[in-house]
Amino acid sequence: MNQHHLSHLKELESESIFVLREVAAQFEKPVLLFSGGKDSIVCFHLARKAFAPAKVPFPLLHIDTGHNFEETIIYRDNLVTKYGAQLIVASVQDSIDTGRVTEEKGFNASRNVLQTVTLLDTIESYKFDALIGGARRDEEKARAKERFFSHRDEFGQWDPKNQRPELWNLFNGRRNIGEHFRVFPISNWTEMDVWQYILQEKIEIPSLYFTHQRECFIRDKVIYAHANVIPLKPNEKVETMQVRFRTIGDISCTGAVLSSAATIEEIVEEVAATRTTERGSRIDDKRSDAAMEDRKKQGYF
Amino acid sequence: MAKKQHPISDIEHPSYLDMDLLRFTTAGSVDDGKSTLIGRLLYDSKSIFEDQYEAVKATSKKRGDEYVNLALLTDGLRAEREQGITIDVAYRYFATPKRKFIIADTPGHIQYTRNMVTGASTANAALILIDARKGVVEQTKRHSYIASLLRIQHIIICINKMDLVEYKEDVFKNIKKEYEEFASQINITNAHFIPISALSGDNVVTASKNMKWFKGRTVLALLESLSLPEINNTDAARFPVQYVIRPIGNEHHDYRSYAGRIASGVFAKGDDVTILPSGITSKIKSIDFGGNKLQQAFAPMSVAFTLEDNIDASRGNMIVKSDNNSTVTHDIDLMICWLGDIKLMEHSRKFILKHTTNEVRCIIKEVRYKLNINTLQKIENEKVIGINDIACIAIRTTMPVVIDKYSNNRITGSVILIDESSNVTVGAGMIL
Repeated sequence: MNQHHLSHLKELESESIFVLREVAAQFEKPVLLFSGGKDSIVCFHLARKAFAPAKVPFPLLHIDTGHNFEETIIYRDNLVTKYGAQLIVASVQDSIDTGRVTEEKGFNASRNVLQTVTLLDTIESYKFDALIGGARRDEEKARAKERFFSHRDEFGQWDPKNQRPELWNLFNGRRNIGEHFRVFPISNWTEMDVWQYILQEKIEIPSLYFTHQRECFIRDKVIYAHANVIPLKPNEKVETMQVRFRTIGDISCTGAVLSSAATIEEIVEEVAATRTTERGSRIDDKRSDAAMEDRKKQGYF
Repeated sequence: MAKKQHPISDIEHPSYLDMDLLRFTTAGSVDDGKSTLIGRLLYDSKSIFEDQYEAVKATSKKRGDEYVNLALLTDGLRAEREQGITIDVAYRYFATPKRKFIIADTPGHIQYTRNMVTGASTANAALILIDARKGVVEQTKRHSYIASLLRIQHIIICINKMDLVEYKEDVFKNIKKEYEEFASQINITNAHFIPISALSGDNVVTASKNMKWFKGRTVLALLESLSLPEINNTDAARFPVQYVIRPIGNEHHDYRSYAGRIASGVFAKGDDVTILPSGITSKIKSIDFGGNKLQQAFAPMSVAFTLEDNIDASRGNMIVKSDNNSTVTHDIDLMICWLGDIKLMEHSRKFILKHTTNEVRCIIKEVRYKLNINTLQKIENEKVIGINDIACIAIRTTMPVVIDKYSNNRITGSVILIDESSNVTVGAGMIL
């Protein structure tokens, strides 16, 4: 028997903490992208462990589309107060008001794509050189090609065909002025790992992830939360459903799932038994086969 | 037939929070069916979700493919889908009740050999595909050599497309013999051989009905049974200092700890340690992690040490147990895989050498020889090294570095070279 053995969760945790510490060591002005979703919550938890007993040495950045679930904002503000974290909010509404972007029109309008401009403007004004994100390679096929340290040119663009090779645990974060990196500490985690870790570490998560009754309607086989920002088509009916969310994003592009999972244990069981991907309910990915790749090249998360 | 049950749905399994993790890489020439094999492993182990499968099915149909093209599951980039080839390393994940797997699916195209090196650098096992119709080809040799050079513990040779050679045992045996003759020259002595058809699923997850003559394990069964590297108290203990934790505030006034990931071995509270390159000695006062104190910690844990003495140590230094020191030197001999578009030449330019958490500048003192991967001959008069070449070189660093041989330690024995002008990673080196 192997006397010293790390479980898969401990090994993943150790790898992610190594990456977070590399960011703190190699960059001048890193920031952690915080959406209030479970992946960014796990990243923040890992960062707290990585630098304990010191505080997390970088601020949180929330790109606020203005189309949030209220529960996410409540959770975010509580977390910031509880851990004394520094929070920067960049608003897509501001980008619209200043004419940097134009709001999409029609029933399927979303501010998802607009976020990229707000994000890149924020990077430029704060001069961030590393943006830590909770993206995982198992989420989506373009993300499966990401490095831990992913280089972005001065326009914030990703060049997937010309990525720096990433060998052993030697992360090359060298950059010229104006360039930045996207860093993904939980690249190697799966949805299941994230939930198991939340369970193991007893991490608090927004109430949206647990079953609740909500006014919803169905469009293109996706369950949407009924909200002011999504106008109903004439034939669409609002009903009360027992749902929870598997991912949390902008309210206009996040679908709910029918579920009675009320505890993290029940969520783990549900995730284990499920036969569709979590991004299956993300409308933003469905615009084309390469929707994610195209957005990432432009500077999306 | 495929297992009916979703592999991780075995939730009652008491150890589901405590599976182990095997990282493996795949290699082979273009069209050997790597992506298909991975698609098959994922599909037959029920790790493909219905919406992913439906999307691939729809795309296959749109392209006019005769069958559902499982390779589309891993070829994620637009250009890859258009050209039907794999350009970049794609990472895939699946789990069985026994183990969690991370796959680095790497391209076979010669110009993308650097990605094979990337995938191989963190792998415990390598799956190398051979087309049963073609046998051992140049790329097979190159990839096997790289796997051997990067010291991948387990090599699995999948002889694929057995369906196209009528599942004949002779074909399998001949290729096995041919491979073993080559492998003995590069220190691969314990390779596993499996005849498969990735397309139809023979011997991938389920035993083949078409090849009853094969008595070995399927690819998945073998992957589940491979041993993981053992961490022993007797291993040379290495801890590259990554970051110094110094809280600002009254609560932890004089706190100072050295954070890092243990590269090898075991450290315990009270151990005598030496900080290299300075040679200063101290004792481990505490091992801290996330607000807790640990009695001991081992590779590959990320922790932080506080020391008994107030000494100067910083990022790039190495903490080792005092009974087993690393080498401190300016002069390093390397086997190098060249990954960059610029040429490597003697005294031509300076590079940045990245080794553990340390960065120093270096010059190329000598190109000792270039390796012909097909013949394994050392070409001593070739002094210009280009992309995808493998060479033995000698370098000199501006500052002393704390090293081990790669054959003893994959973490403290590996380096990358970065081009100062472009910041691009141009070389992957293994310390001799």
